[in-house]
Amino acid sequence: MIENRPGTTAIAHTVLLLGVLAVGFPVYLAFVASTQTSAEIVQNVPMSLLPGSHLLDTYRLALFGGETSYGSRIPPAGRMLWVSFVTAIVIAVGKIAISMLSAFAIVYFRFPFRGLVFWMIFITLMLPVEVRILPTYKVVADLNMLNSYTGLTLPLIASATATFLFRQFFLTVPDELTEAARIDGAGPLRFFKDVLLPLSKTSMAALFVIQFIYGWNQYLWPLLMTTTEDMYPIVMGIKRMFAGGDAANEWNVIMATAILAMIPPALVVVLMQKWFVKGLVDTEK
Amino acid sequence: MAAIEFNNVIKRYGTGPKANQVIHGVNAEVKDGEFVVIVGPSGCGKSTLLRMVAGLEEITDGTISIGGRVVNDLEPAERDIAMVFQNYALYPHMSVFDNMAYGLKIKKVPLDEIKARVDKAAKILELGQYLQRKPRELSGGQRQRVAMGRAIVRQPQVFLFDEPLSNLDAKLRAQTRLEIEKLHRELGITSLFVTHDQVEAMTLAQRMMVMNGGRMEQFGTPEEVYHRPATTFVASFIGAPPMNLLTGVEGVREGVVLGVRPEHLRVVDSGGWPLQVETVEMLGAERLIYGHLGGAQGPWTILRMHETEAPPASGQTLHVVPLEDRVHGFDAASGRRIES
Repeated sequence: MIENRPGTTAIAHTVLLLGVLAVGFPVYLAFVASTQTSAEIVQNVPMSLLPGSHLLDTYRLALFGGETSYGSRIPPAGRMLWVSFVTAIVIAVGKIAISMLSAFAIVYFRFPFRGLVFWMIFITLMLPVEVRILPTYKVVADLNMLNSYTGLTLPLIASATATFLFRQFFLTVPDELTEAARIDGAGPLRFFKDVLLPLSKTSMAALFVIQFIYGWNQYLWPLLMTTTEDMYPIVMGIKRMFAGGDAANEWNVIMATAILAMIPPALVVVLMQKWFVKGLVDTEK
Repeated sequence: MAAIEFNNVIKRYGTGPKANQVIHGVNAEVKDGEFVVIVGPSGCGKSTLLRMVAGLEEITDGTISIGGRVVNDLEPAERDIAMVFQNYALYPHMSVFDNMAYGLKIKKVPLDEIKARVDKAAKILELGQYLQRKPRELSGGQRQRVAMGRAIVRQPQVFLFDEPLSNLDAKLRAQTRLEIEKLHRELGITSLFVTHDQVEAMTLAQRMMVMNGGRMEQFGTPEEVYHRPATTFVASFIGAPPMNLLTGVEGVREGVVLGVRPEHLRVVDSGGWPLQVETVEMLGAERLIYGHLGGAQGPWTILRMHETEAPPASGQTLHVVPLEDRVHGFDAASGRRIES
């Protein structure tokens, strides 16, 4: 659009600002709440919108756990962050590795029932974790994988979406490149490593960002299959902080934990943004 | 360096009654160090034949040998060949140097030798200053040279070119053609060059293989192919504009097709064949006269005139005679040349 009218610019900016406000205000609210004591939050209605002076206390409590002024026990978020981080990384890396290899097989090898295999993978797109959660639970429980990283990640690693994405990408790689590699004497795995892998870098980065966040945000599955506190991921940990019944919520600590939980995915997005956008937009092969 | 032998080479896709045969038994021998151009219209099987030599297509029947060794069951890398592709097929993420060195690295050639060979090839192709660039930072002609460099450094017994010039513009094409010719003169490596462009074929070939519908129609030097076309197909495919193929004109026997190239028709004052002129095309150095022999219903005939000659007007009737020793006879049924 090469239009330049001050009116439209003003409207565009207003809409954008409203959008930023809608997204940004709750985050700001969480941050402000995390800098106050829980007593301050409860007593001042509505809550003060200026940051308080207990930032360090709250975050120390949230990260390392301990007793609050009300006497309730806060589990350390540090451990939960670690569990979430490992889970998200394993899921993201595992998904990329497995789907790349299966896409490689589907695109470059002629084997019996190749079409059937592809469609079976494709059909699983219709079966998200939630649909198959009970049978999956049964299998994982029978394999003694409850409360383990394997149990947390393995059932989530297979990915039809990523396989499909890589398949589409591999199909755009010119056949001559494969043939040139064959003439150069590169075997299938060598070709995969030396040619396909470097060409897929941007797609891999984009997928990594998406899948890391997918792994980080897992809630239902860990809720079902973790029963010990040392295997709780952070997203579950936040939920568990809400006291049941009449007990008071430690809003400041909950908000601090929420902020802590937001930081890693935000960092991944910010740090990989350049690659991410390139991976989604880039068409030059 | 090596000779290439085609021994009743057949290519079929699929099996059983639905099989589609695209190459119908090619027999030919390419001599050691020879530059052979395979030329034909699209779909004639010329690229398939080349890819069978490269090992990118299976050979259904018959044998291909390179340097006396039957290569039917060898992987492309084991055949000691190098190929230049139409779209260059350079590895986009590798520098020019790595593109050229990749095959050697896989063969585990020592690094200093790789460097020496790449440097030498880069010098021949004047690519020295681009070695660290990526293919996308190069122009089409430079990419083509890198693709050739990649072939040279392998020091193969045979070069295979699959329409390497068709992605270049006309000027660059002529220039690259000369470079390929020079390269062949210097290195003397047996080369197979596939093209659909007869100018490329005529200028580059020491011998050319004219193909049509999966069959080799003629295999000979450009002179032979031009002066003694083996079939009506070759006669009409090689030479622009194509040879006039005449039937039922005065003095031609029944069952014989008479072939006369447009440049071998002469205008005379009287006698000869009457040619009714329809259109005149000015090409610069010459004019093409399109007309009908023997009245308006006769066959379409083209006559080539030098621009210094006075052009005829449309509707005018010219009298033309063919040059005595430039007339070709073909059997009307088989299309084969009749030796006189």
